[in-house]
Amino acid sequence: MKTGRWLQNYPHFLERVYQLTEWLFKRLDPAIRRIGYGRIDRWIHVPEAWAKRAVFGCKMCGQCILHSTGMTCPMNCPKNLRNGPCGGVRPNGHCEVIPEMRCVWVEAYERSLRMPIYGQELLELQPPVNRRLEDSSAWINLLTGMDKRVPAGWAGMSYIPLVPKEMGGWGDE
Amino acid sequence: MINSEYKSDGRLERVLRSGRFAVTAELNPPDSANPEEVYQAALVLSQVCDGINATDGSGANCHMSSVAICALLTRADYAPVLQVSCRDRNRIAIQGDVPGAAAMGACNVLCLTGDDVTVGDQPEAKRVFDFDSIQLIRTIKIMREKSMFLSGRKLTSPPRLFIGAAENPFAPPYDWRPFRLAKKVEAGADFIQTQYCFDVPRFKQFMQRVRDLGLHEKVFILVGVGPLRSEKAAEFMRTKVPGVYIPDEVVERLRKIPAGQKREEGKRICVEIIQQVREIEGVAGVHVMAYRQEELVAELIEEAGLLPRPMQPGVPPDHHHHDRIRKSKQAV
Repeated sequence: MKTGRWLQNYPHFLERVYQLTEWLFKRLDPAIRRIGYGRIDRWIHVPEAWAKRAVFGCKMCGQCILHSTGMTCPMNCPKNLRNGPCGGVRPNGHCEVIPEMRCVWVEAYERSLRMPIYGQELLELQPPVNRRLEDSSAWINLLTGMDKRVPAGWAGMSYIPLVPKEMGGWGDE
Repeated sequence: MINSEYKSDGRLERVLRSGRFAVTAELNPPDSANPEEVYQAALVLSQVCDGINATDGSGANCHMSSVAICALLTRADYAPVLQVSCRDRNRIAIQGDVPGAAAMGACNVLCLTGDDVTVGDQPEAKRVFDFDSIQLIRTIKIMREKSMFLSGRKLTSPPRLFIGAAENPFAPPYDWRPFRLAKKVEAGADFIQTQYCFDVPRFKQFMQRVRDLGLHEKVFILVGVGPLRSEKAAEFMRTKVPGVYIPDEVVERLRKIPAGQKREEGKRICVEIIQQVREIEGVAGVHVMAYRQEELVAELIEEAGLLPRPMQPGVPPDHHHHDRIRKSKQAV
């Protein structure tokens, strides 16, 4: 179901929706915790998958970083790259593997420039994917902190290069 | 300028940190189980460069493994650069290969995302990509600095590796590429080898941004260069090899030359590019790539005025534990 993909052309609107939804879930966290994260996950992850698939082509990796990647799902990249484009992007901006498809990261970068709230998070170093979180609700994982857990070796190291926001064009638009 | 403490025991790092213009070259692993083919190719290259890249399934075609090439090369006192691609192996396999290669004497590692399976001759294969190149760089840095695997489990002896990464300033999104470089440097890259450079003006723009970000003081950048045999070879490369961009002017220049002289012209173009990029502030060396034309690589490096390479006493050999079986090969 791809009827919502056009919404991705409005990344600032989407990042506001994300911000609001995150606020809402955090407010509801005490109640969700009382009912049980697992129970809510079972109820939520189906409509969550349906909605996110319609707008973003979501693959339910369970550790959503949409707001840090220009509201463009990196799991749509055939190589599942989480930190930016590979060197094989075609001169017309299309994917090395799927020539008809525009490179996910070309789109992510362009959209990030129109996202004054989260745009510059494109610079963050994303840790390796935890495959065990596949098909679980990313929102519940956000509340439990599961989506932020990194391997022990990864912890405690710098997670973003120091780049002035204005240099990348991620200032306030 | 750059922290002078050495991270590896290798030649390449010492040449770069001493401020000299470095040269690395690629050895294309043979489709063979015969080590002699490796030594024949390496013999020509070893005299003309500071590091020999052992490619890892480049173009998604299998060849003799890069870890094996490194093991063979270190036995002969050559300086290999282990290339690791994320396409074929998961995090468990990679974290096994890296200390293994270091134990074999490799002092340099190049971290690559990897060409997709569909560009090779076995497109039915499963693509892995458990890591991307930035996670790979960071993982090797963790092994080297914290002496532990990604899981936190300790290594009794960390791999002392000079960590490299690739960058392609010639693929979109162009404005993002300097920031991607910033991410790789932050992840732990010590040196960079770029994709083929045939468009020097675009490369200059890229380097301007790189300098604005201060990256040229944090990482050594080697520019990828190579000779084109003819305009047909150029057309093949820019359509079939992912990420290679060759401007029309270069292709036209080759088309105008009569058949017998194309090879010379291609070499001349390459030498010109080397001379031009050498002048750019922030460029620390060149990385010469020529598919199965190792003799041509040697000629090129000589014509570009980059010989002799500093291999005299003062620049120590790569690994003091290697077997010196092929000592006699040195006297050439």
